[in-house]
Amino acid sequence: MDQFLQHIINALSLGSIYALIALGYTMVFGVLQLINFAHGEIYMLGAFAGMYAIRWLRLEEHPGIGSLLIALLAAMAASAAAGFVIERLAYRPLRKSPRINLLITAVGVSLFLQYTGQLVFGSDPQFFPTGILELEGYNWSYGDLVIEPMQIVALVLAIILMVVLQYIIFKTRLGRAMRAVSFNHDLASLMGIPTNRIISATFMLGSALAGAAGVLVGLIYPKIEPLMGTMPGLKAFVAAVLGGIGNVTGAVLGAFTLGMAEEFLVGYWVPTYRDALAFGILILILLFKPSGLLGVHRAEKV
Amino acid sequence: MEVVRSQTQVVNRKFSLNISALQTLVWALVLIAAFVVSPWVEQGINPYWFSILIYCGINIILAVSLNLVNGFTGQFSIGHAGFMAVGAYVAAVITMGLSANPAWNSWVAATGIPADAVLPIGLFLGGVAAAGAGYMVGMPSLRLRGDYLAIVTLGFGEIIRVVMMNTEAVGGASGLNNIPHLSNFGWVYSAVVLTIFCVWRMVHSSHGRTLLAVREDEIAGEAMGVNTTQAKVRAFAMGAFFAGIAGGLYAHQLQILTPQTFDFNKSFEIVIMVVLGGMGSISGSVVAAVLLTVMREALRVIQTWYDVDLRMVIYSLVLIILMLTRPNGLFGTREILDFLPASWRRKLAGGAEARGGGK
Repeated sequence: MDQFLQHIINALSLGSIYALIALGYTMVFGVLQLINFAHGEIYMLGAFAGMYAIRWLRLEEHPGIGSLLIALLAAMAASAAAGFVIERLAYRPLRKSPRINLLITAVGVSLFLQYTGQLVFGSDPQFFPTGILELEGYNWSYGDLVIEPMQIVALVLAIILMVVLQYIIFKTRLGRAMRAVSFNHDLASLMGIPTNRIISATFMLGSALAGAAGVLVGLIYPKIEPLMGTMPGLKAFVAAVLGGIGNVTGAVLGAFTLGMAEEFLVGYWVPTYRDALAFGILILILLFKPSGLLGVHRAEKV
Repeated sequence: MEVVRSQTQVVNRKFSLNISALQTLVWALVLIAAFVVSPWVEQGINPYWFSILIYCGINIILAVSLNLVNGFTGQFSIGHAGFMAVGAYVAAVITMGLSANPAWNSWVAATGIPADAVLPIGLFLGGVAAAGAGYMVGMPSLRLRGDYLAIVTLGFGEIIRVVMMNTEAVGGASGLNNIPHLSNFGWVYSAVVLTIFCVWRMVHSSHGRTLLAVREDEIAGEAMGVNTTQAKVRAFAMGAFFAGIAGGLYAHQLQILTPQTFDFNKSFEIVIMVVLGGMGSISGSVVAAVLLTVMREALRVIQTWYDVDLRMVIYSLVLIILMLTRPNGLFGTREILDFLPASWRRKLAGGAEARGGGK
């Protein structure tokens, strides 16, 4: 029973990370119908930006929730900037060209960031300064059940960010414009919505969430390296598809489902197949319900 | 005037039929020539350049076979290394198993066939296994549109890798060792010739036209009675078959197989060959495969300075810049022969100019 609860807790914190990344995927897919392969790398950049912010601002000398928020904001800003630049330089010039070209570019950007990251940050793993929060002695355990305070912090922050995102999408002018653009580009621009600017904003918003996920994952698993984004990125994409791509609530639901599935596979069955599971789920979901759990089926137009 | 023209067309048509029989003969001769010159090449070139030559051949097979899927059929697959892995492992297991089998050895000794005849058997079965895998991936995922297909093929490649890593029979994560060194110039380049020949004939057949129809406009193709799913599965299985053969050759050249060899970067390397050469150009894939294989060796020098895989930085940058400035790659959908003066081409190909792919 303790073990079961332990897995649930691990799955929740893992799921919250996937959810933050999956939200970016699903938002970008919503407005551009593009799988932004480079999204996992933006998450990696976020982790590194957080680490450098903590180092350069010497935030570790003043541990506390305030310092953590500063690091988080720095990482989100850096990631948003990266998302903006990528969209502007690599994706926007290709807006009118065949989709396959856009896809190839996205794969190219992803690999470029991975290996340039190795060149800039070095290819060895670095330790994320977890000392930014002083949480010694806050460990809560009951029998075999151990709850790491970091996991709780990450989960709470992730949920706050998701609520903020929901607010932005459904209650603000920007959010309404984003929904309009994702519904129909041409109609939205006829209605006076600056489509390009909204697409940029969507990219920045999604990237900021991925950057936040980078910092949170650094707190839980404090080992970061330039290739860390690939697998979580792809898995978050699976989560987005599982929930119904283009659907914000679906992305969160899919992410927690995937987190649970992975955690239980590792805990109770075959740990070595962890990385294959997500793709197995992807193939199954695309076979039986391609629109995802919460997605609406849209007929393909000629 | 009209009558005269149509008569010449008829004559041309007959002539071109003969030409295509002649072409087949020429291909067969080239294939035999690969074996004939093999010993000379092997002895005449220094071993380092020779191994580059072999890898060029293997990469040509990979690029041309992927071009069938990505270029001619317009389906974006980024899991080609997975099929290559299937072929490599199956071929290696078969040649190792047969060489260790006393019954096989005594049969070989009795009939007097050369001992490395195990290689073509292994290659063929490896190719068939890969084609089976391609068929399996193809069936469900080909109902999907471009982006989903891409990520499913990527996922499939990863699944293959994880399965290999967890299968102790093929060495698990530490890999398969002591594979006999059977690949030589003759086998590799006859496989190259065979691949190019098959893909060439495929693309210029009516089956090939269904592939082009899928690429140009799937919905319109379907409306014209093309079975698009079948066409896609066919392209996938055929591409996978040759990727499997390339994998088998690779295994018997390197002599060691590890699952990490067939990761996403390997798939990506093949994709960039296809894109750089031009999606839908066989000769483009050949040129790009040779270019990138040689470039990789040149970059090895720089890599020692930075201790980072600089090759991938350059590859990905090339890919992005290519997409932004020249999305058709080097050749687009044209072949190298199309760049010859028109009068030469007419002599060479007769009526064969009415090929798919526009120009």
